Amino acid sequence: MKKEILFEIPGIYRDAFRVTGYTFGEGEKALCIVGSMRGNENQQLYCASRLVARLKRLEEDGKLIEGQQILVIPCVNSYSINTKRRFWCIDNTDINRMFPGYDKGETTQRIAAGVFEQIKDYRYGVQFASFYMPGAFVPHIRMMKTGYEDPKLAAEFGLPYVVVQPPRPFDTATLNYNCYICGAPASSLYTTNTARIDTESAQQAEDAVLNFMSRRGIINYRAHGGYRSEIINGEDMVSLRAATSGFLQCLVKPGQRVEKGQLLATILDPYEGTVRSELRAPVYGVVAFAGDEPMTYENTAVLKLIPEVE
Amino acid sequence: MIRNTLLTVTEVGLPVDEKLYIRKNRIESENGSNGRRISIVTGIHGDELEGQYVCWQVQQRIAAHPECLLGTVDIYPAMNPFGIESVSRGIPAFDLDMNRIFPGSEDGDMNEYIASRIVHDLEGSTLAIDIHASNIYLTEIPQIRINEMSAERLVPIAQKANVDFIWVHGASTVLEATLAYSLNSRGTDTLVVEMGVGMRITKEYGDQLTDGIFNLMKELNIWSGETAPVRKPIISSDPDEVEFLNAPAAGVFVKTLSHGAMLKKGDEIGLIIDPLSGKTLYPVLSPCNGWLFTVREYPIVDQGSLMARILKREIGGQPQ
Repeated sequence: MKKEILFEIPGIYRDAFRVTGYTFGEGEKALCIVGSMRGNENQQLYCASRLVARLKRLEEDGKLIEGQQILVIPCVNSYSINTKRRFWCIDNTDINRMFPGYDKGETTQRIAAGVFEQIKDYRYGVQFASFYMPGAFVPHIRMMKTGYEDPKLAAEFGLPYVVVQPPRPFDTATLNYNCYICGAPASSLYTTNTARIDTESAQQAEDAVLNFMSRRGIINYRAHGGYRSEIINGEDMVSLRAATSGFLQCLVKPGQRVEKGQLLATILDPYEGTVRSELRAPVYGVVAFAGDEPMTYENTAVLKLIPEVE
Repeated sequence: MIRNTLLTVTEVGLPVDEKLYIRKNRIESENGSNGRRISIVTGIHGDELEGQYVCWQVQQRIAAHPECLLGTVDIYPAMNPFGIESVSRGIPAFDLDMNRIFPGSEDGDMNEYIASRIVHDLEGSTLAIDIHASNIYLTEIPQIRINEMSAERLVPIAQKANVDFIWVHGASTVLEATLAYSLNSRGTDTLVVEMGVGMRITKEYGDQLTDGIFNLMKELNIWSGETAPVRKPIISSDPDEVEFLNAPAAGVFVKTLSHGAMLKKGDEIGLIIDPLSGKTLYPVLSPCNGWLFTVREYPIVDQGSLMARILKREIGGQPQ
């Protein structure tokens, strides 16, 4: 294992800002894994740190295949994690909206450019990603429909689902999208949580990345079997929106199978405790996402279902 | 006499004892409107307040000469009321830049739904003007920014708006999610004004733009009253003509020159200083002759923070 500083800029009153990378093996740049990119992505950092520890042991045990190099970048935005700000501290910009970056541009463009320069030549990319809505997701791989995507490749992680989604305008400035443009298939790996640590889904993420590396001939490892992934078109997911605002009580968890018509959530009047509205499953399916904020706004998606294939 | 009608563009129920309203004031002559409509929009970014004064000033002038109003003036002072009332640029509860969610969606979440209703309400305006104030970091000369895809149609209109500068910029996929892009792509001409600085009101710029708005209203047959002469703007559509000055190091930027200054190569625009050591880290010198149309207002800089933009053009004095 080689630990090195990949990018650094001095602070004025704070310690220097550093992006640190851990390299395992030498040779062809096989796989790059990026952990947290935003200040609230504690789970993503945790997943990456577990992977560093696991790869270190595998390297010591001679389980890395010769000529294959793996890079793990646990955190791209330590400044924001340390100050509990989601985005860059001074100007509130999101590094994951700055790719491929610009080395003569603004600070977060420079960080993006510095990171992208280090990872763009890797054959595959994985990012431990987070969803912008607070809640819990069933672990899955998400790929953008860029014309280059390969869902079968994503299925090699062995997670229950692979979701393929067309990019929205802002997606074109994300790390994932730009890796594709550079010819490196990139997968966003979603675990259950973002700000809170969930060890169970972190373990699943760790196994999934090892599965992928094993199947791609990067490590010599008897992988945990995993799932035969179901490939889903993101547009086929069913969003359930709160008809009213109020206290949200979700009655189901991600991964749970639900019946058509089943009561999934209630929204309560915050003054009187009465039920303002209910959300029932419009289809048979599996809960992909369940919001976990105590309050919901009107018209906000609080549940997403993967409909059962007939 | 004029008729003011306060209208709700959209409303959404909030969790505890409150509704979120997007409101507009529709101003027409009591004798009715000729159907021409100008929409003055501001407050998409909650920290940009320059447009607040313009909304008020436009109405003051209409009220002073109600007999001159021929068409309809719609004033939308607060597209992001959450942001304005919590000193926040984005939509606070969602940490979301509102100008990256247009055209929204009727079936989307609360913010997408609001965005969709806003676009629906503005569509069909003869002209919409979306007033911004850069951000809290930079001060800008009054200018209109136009996507190159709309330049042919919008530059001739923008020239009548009494701004100092028209900047035609390249197309960007990310900017397709702005209100202006959404409206222009639907055939509603929309100008984006940037002027002044975030969290402040620069009365002089507000008056200047108000003059321009009345000039446009007259051109569009919405207003028949007297209008002030407007200045001829500098127009730039060559990306190589704009020099960006980014901080070479973290420190405290203290400006020497104000925006609008004419520069000679080597002129000191400001200094990056280190208050801890008492040293001057870098003098910020102009790399070219030109016009300083953006300068940093917020002193703390990281390496890479934007300090200035210079139009690399020899201009004889201030643009008039």
